[in-house]
Amino acid sequence: MHAAPLDVDRIRADFPILGESVDGRPLAYLDSAATSQRPRQVIDAELEFVTRRNAAVHRGAHTLAALATDAFEDARAIVARFVGADEEQLVWTHGATEGLNLIAHSIEDASAQGVERFRLGPGDEIVTTEAEHHANLLPWQWLARRTGATLRHLPVLDDGRLDLDAAAAIIGPRTRLLTFAHVGNVLGIVNPVAELVALAHRHDALVVLDACQSVPHLPVDFPALDVDFAVFSGHKLLGPNAVGGLYGKAELLDALPPFLLGGSMITTVTLETAEFLPAPQRFEAGTQPVSQAVGLAAAAQYLDALDMDAVFAHEAHLGARLLDGLRGLPGIRLLGDADAPRVGLAAFDVEGVHAHDVGQFLDSRGIAVRVGHHCAQPLHRRFGITSTTRASSYVYTTDAEVDRFLEAVAEVRGFFGLGGGAAA
Amino acid sequence: MNGLESLYQELMLDHSKNPVGFGLPEGDPAAGEGQSHQLNPVCGDEITLRLGVTDGKIDGLHWEGHGCVVSQASASMLADLVEEDAPSPDELAELIAKFREALRSRGAIPLDAEVFGDAAALSGVSKFSARVKCAMLGWVAAEDALRQATQAE
Repeated sequence: MHAAPLDVDRIRADFPILGESVDGRPLAYLDSAATSQRPRQVIDAELEFVTRRNAAVHRGAHTLAALATDAFEDARAIVARFVGADEEQLVWTHGATEGLNLIAHSIEDASAQGVERFRLGPGDEIVTTEAEHHANLLPWQWLARRTGATLRHLPVLDDGRLDLDAAAAIIGPRTRLLTFAHVGNVLGIVNPVAELVALAHRHDALVVLDACQSVPHLPVDFPALDVDFAVFSGHKLLGPNAVGGLYGKAELLDALPPFLLGGSMITTVTLETAEFLPAPQRFEAGTQPVSQAVGLAAAAQYLDALDMDAVFAHEAHLGARLLDGLRGLPGIRLLGDADAPRVGLAAFDVEGVHAHDVGQFLDSRGIAVRVGHHCAQPLHRRFGITSTTRASSYVYTTDAEVDRFLEAVAEVRGFFGLGGGAAA
Repeated sequence: MNGLESLYQELMLDHSKNPVGFGLPEGDPAAGEGQSHQLNPVCGDEITLRLGVTDGKIDGLHWEGHGCVVSQASASMLADLVEEDAPSPDELAELIAKFREALRSRGAIPLDAEVFGDAAALSGVSKFSARVKCAMLGWVAAEDALRQATQAE
């Protein structure tokens, strides 16, 4: 199946911010893995909602409240369908970090209440990987500490792939939960979900998927992947800030107690106790990111219209161009150099030049990249460095921008007095 | 001079390559000495700095660390300044305060070379707000070490 290639020039015309310049140079935005830019269609959808539909959702009987609630729930259906799910399986969150904390806290509560499916205690194991974003590490450190379970980590090979041999040895009868990123936010490699899910489910372990870097860049169907829970963020998906999705299998969401407690998630409340609504509303206490959800639905529709197969083909093409270009430069060390399926993302070290200085140099050329540890200190430590420079693409990224980036990277060592020639 | 060259002046590149005062003495800080470790969690830059006070003067400022040109050059320039001028604890505290004020001024307050020596080359950093923390790292370590050294006196 070959989708028509993306018409990047036409796409770029939808993104007003791409017309900005930096100190007189046209902006080359290569930081979409941190946050993506928004097309007019998303900006307009959010503007339309706040201009004409804004009201509190799921409460109040007036017309505007009903219109707002409809818009909010229509958005849920659209975003759920975008990831292959039913609307009852999609919980709104304020982002993936909240989603992961929700899962960890609710499991801890369920375990304490003796719910067998979520039981965790001494002798049980929670398994994550060396490559995780801190948001998919710290909640599990917390859960292990609270329950007495042991936290284990799947190792990363030198070329950036997960060590599946080690995974087969680590994931076993003691494993109660496995969590990993679908696409690594530093390595950019698409991890083998099917193999890892099969290993975990063989031992009846739950699987949590951090899909922050996959849902924006490739076709993703959570039920087909057979993961038990998954999270993603709107702002990496052409959508607004402070909205995200939590997917869960229906029977698991139904069995899981709520995390945040408060308004809009109850049926009956007395002074002593409360009963809760079914999922997804049980997990949506308090004011929800309503206009953001409407904007995110517009983003999902925008990407649907482009066709996610075409989006992934574009990403794979740019990822290969980035990697090939960087491999050809002296004094560059790539993190995750494997020939594996990947998105348009490359993190690298410039020998002798700190990532912050690399980023500053690129900024002077109008090129926006991310520098630092990218919220993955353990992964950087595993490769013996503290920080890297990361370039990441999206639907609006052109070959010319990637080439401009590569030409600038080639000049970095020379600028800092290390000579642009052969590696020292 | 374009923006980038006003940030990375030749003097800064020299200091980052051949840092002054680099290398901590063996053993724990003695009485009358203070030592501070500072970390910039954004980029992982680290500096550990030790200084002592003898006869009312800063005597011996040493540091170790790793990080970007700005953080490393700035610590080196501070060490150079202290070595040249041997300021009193109060004078050093005032230098650090003035340095911070200039760096946070977004380019409004230049650093006077008469007062700051080579560190005056860091004036350009103040226009790059994301880099002010880098330049401050060693100076914050000195401030903390100075507090310990003078408390211990």
